[in-house]
Amino acid sequence: MAEAPILEVKNLRVEFPTRRGTLVAVDDISFSIAPGEVLGVVGESGAGKSMTGAAVIGLIEPPGRIAGGSISLAGRRIDDLPYEEMRKVRGREIGAIFQDPLTSLNPLYTIGRQITETILTHLPVSPAEAQQRAIGLLREVGIPAAEKRIDHYPHQFSGGMRQRVVIALALAANPKLIIADEPTTALDVSIQAQIIALIKKLCCEHGAAVMLVTHDMGVIAETADRVAVMYAGRIAEIGPVRDVIKAARHPYTDGLMASIPKVGRTDARLAQIDGAMPRLNAIPRGCAFNPRCTKAFDRCRAERPEPMRVGNSDVACWLYDAGQGGTR
Amino acid sequence: MLDSDVFHSFRRNPVVVVSAVVTAVFVLAALLAPWITPYHPYDLASLDLNDAFTPPAWTEDGSRRFLLGTDDQGRDVLSTIVFGARVSLLVGFCAVLFAMTVGITLGLVSGYVGGAVESVIMRVADVQLTFPGILIALLIDGLARTALPRDLHSEIALYVVIFAIGIANWPQFARTVRGSTLVEKSKEYVQAARVIGLHPGLIMLRHVLPNVMGPVLVIATLSLGFAILAEATLSFLGVGVPPTRPSLGTLIRVGNDFLFSGEWWMTIFPGAALIVLVLAVNLLGDWLRDALNPKLR
Amino acid sequence: MSTPGAPYIEVRGLARHFDVSKPLLNRVIEGQPRLILKAVDGIDFAIRKGETLSLVGESGCGKSTVARLIVGLYKPTRGQILFEGTDMGSLATRAEERALRKRFQMIFQDPYASLNPRWRVADIVAEPIRAHRLSSDPTEIRRRVDELLRQVGLSPADGEKFPHEFSGGQRQRISIARALSSNPEFLVCDEPTSALDVSVQAQILNLMKDLQRELGLTYLFISHNLAVVFHISDRVGVMYLGRLVELADARALFENPQHPYTRMLLDAIPDLDMTGRARTPVAGEVPNPLDPPKGCAFNPRCPFANDRCRTERPELRPVANGGVAACHAVEEGRLAAAPRLAPA
Repeated sequence: MAEAPILEVKNLRVEFPTRRGTLVAVDDISFSIAPGEVLGVVGESGAGKSMTGAAVIGLIEPPGRIAGGSISLAGRRIDDLPYEEMRKVRGREIGAIFQDPLTSLNPLYTIGRQITETILTHLPVSPAEAQQRAIGLLREVGIPAAEKRIDHYPHQFSGGMRQRVVIALALAANPKLIIADEPTTALDVSIQAQIIALIKKLCCEHGAAVMLVTHDMGVIAETADRVAVMYAGRIAEIGPVRDVIKAARHPYTDGLMASIPKVGRTDARLAQIDGAMPRLNAIPRGCAFNPRCTKAFDRCRAERPEPMRVGNSDVACWLYDAGQGGTR
Repeated sequence: MLDSDVFHSFRRNPVVVVSAVVTAVFVLAALLAPWITPYHPYDLASLDLNDAFTPPAWTEDGSRRFLLGTDDQGRDVLSTIVFGARVSLLVGFCAVLFAMTVGITLGLVSGYVGGAVESVIMRVADVQLTFPGILIALLIDGLARTALPRDLHSEIALYVVIFAIGIANWPQFARTVRGSTLVEKSKEYVQAARVIGLHPGLIMLRHVLPNVMGPVLVIATLSLGFAILAEATLSFLGVGVPPTRPSLGTLIRVGNDFLFSGEWWMTIFPGAALIVLVLAVNLLGDWLRDALNPKLR
Repeated sequence: MSTPGAPYIEVRGLARHFDVSKPLLNRVIEGQPRLILKAVDGIDFAIRKGETLSLVGESGCGKSTVARLIVGLYKPTRGQILFEGTDMGSLATRAEERALRKRFQMIFQDPYASLNPRWRVADIVAEPIRAHRLSSDPTEIRRRVDELLRQVGLSPADGEKFPHEFSGGQRQRISIARALSSNPEFLVCDEPTSALDVSVQAQILNLMKDLQRELGLTYLFISHNLAVVFHISDRVGVMYLGRLVELADARALFENPQHPYTRMLLDAIPDLDMTGRARTPVAGEVPNPLDPPKGCAFNPRCPFANDRCRTERPELRPVANGGVAACHAVEEGRLAAAPRLAPA
């Protein structure tokens, strides 16, 4: 952790102005990712996890906008870059893997052309070298007979193979950071395991930092080094994956983990968190989780908790404030 | 239907607001024609041939009694335009309504039932779409003329025109409705209704129909423009509505005879009215298409 | 009526093929043969009254098609579906069929597509009551709808709202209320929680279990999520390319899986307990269902496949975990027992 972080997000705030008022999709979140580290960002739909990824990569759909805070990539601020500059950063320094491999690839071009184009745009190499590199990448992501498959079109690949191509494309320019937004959600269970293993291996080898956005705790457990749990646009808890998964501190994380059915656990009922995540236009005062929290007290309803250091994690919960006699 | 997003996009768009106002003015004027026009142009008793060929009020020989001048019979051009728009709009609305009914029914059935029924209906629609709509309308009008006795024909000529234009228009509705029906049919709420055991007719009527009406509304508005133009074309060619109840097209044709003898106002003003009306309706339709299309929003 | 212990629902040699060929003209011009997708290719199972049988498998294995065959959304190409001994295909009149269908309902996967967006919730829930003419008295229907909404954890006031005013989990509750409104005995649930967040999934699974206990419902549960299946099922059937490869009691299947495909699926479950268990991601993907492999459909991915597996299709046979499996290797004892996840 002594290394300088590759990605540093400080007090990020993303807003969506609407006719009925401004919605805050991401509300004052901070985190960083070290080289070679996989940070899992997990949360339920509407928690703001994909929006955080989009903010980092500079692809928030207007009228949404970054309303505060900063995003730095290897020490350089990227949230205020002009569009053209940001376009160069994307692909060169940040690679992206999205949920649906079919829409991330252009159906009209061969995969080889798409990969070499990315390489040629961002790296100072000759077309022949780019071709060689593309074949190397395809081999690396486990595409059999890469030198032949390079001339195939996306529709000639199966779902799992296509996601491998997308990963090769994301790695094409040797980026420092990879944003993977639900990379396994559209895939079958047996393929999911393959893709997870692949992402982990490659990022380790390439020394790239990874921000893995997903709703699936299983994927996080398998892949991430640290994990940030998001709720209603805020980070509830962030810490080493073992701590968060095996000994969750925040009542939301705790409830979330308990509500996941597990093979081998034969309780008749699952633990459930009652209610639903608030809509963005109705986020409660104080801690956003307080109406659903079984441990909430007066302060939770009035005052928003800042992240507090608990063990190796940072937890935004008043239970851990020294003044409240928590388990500090 | 008119949820707030659509209304919002309406208010933000001045061209659309103007189009809506223009259309509304035409429709209102047409509805209230007998009460708002300065003269009743087809009341023979009030006509005075001495007023014939009066130019518009602002020209040298104009009379303040006739704002847009008079025609060869001494009829007030403004009044004939309002009465003409009444006929044009009536034919337009009825023709679209007719095309809509036929198109929606056939589209729903072919989309929902599928198989041979769908093939037959859609091939007929395809074949018909290879002919220009106006040609179909001309054909039907011609058939009616030869098949029906002369006096009967002039009596029902209006309905023949409505039928002709309506028939020329149904394939568009059928194709759109069929497409939307295929999409809706595959959705789980329709499957849920099937599991419940609802009769297919009821499923089409209660579940599918309300959910395919959005695109239908767009096409209906765009078709209204086409129908009004088609009627004007037919009337201009002299095969449309009977001269006893002239539409805008009839007025243009009649005025056309006098265009080169200097009485330009007799054809220019009805022509301008037709252009403004059709333009307004089409702009409205274009906007509606964009507003209801979630992809463009 | 039914004899005690006799299967409540029985499926015999059920198959459904889809013709996915291009239109005739294209076929003639391009010289292509007809393409037949064997979505379900001859499966047998039985469900006992009051139990939950789950069908699990990867996309394209035919599990959803089985669900739709049973509720009558598709007609079987071959085979029979017996409901308390009555062959559903043999019902002569529409009225007879309706009387039986009334006792079946279905819950769908996508809570955003399974409710008509233009209907009020109360009308959606009341639809089966009206369709089956269980009541025509508006106040009585309203009372029943209120009761149903309360039963699934919503409030009667929600009946006046439209579906878009609800979250995914609440919509799924509405779906369940609709399914229950004709007092069915048997619910077919097609991935009812796959589109939901985990905390909401827990709510819905708990609700389904509660309802099953209170109302004595029988479930056919379709899912790709093994942990959910383990949690909800009494028995589990594993499907692969239109065929059942293994069927056993849930515990037995998870503790002592027999078929190599079942083992592979269990191995692919992410390890949430972080035990550091080494996993061997299985190579390969599901083959093209239009052109399934000869012999056992799983043979190209199976580490135990031999020549017999590549030529002869295995049938379901009783196996060590008390269930049945279709595997030559298991039958011949070529597979070592693989003690599995579920701790005793």
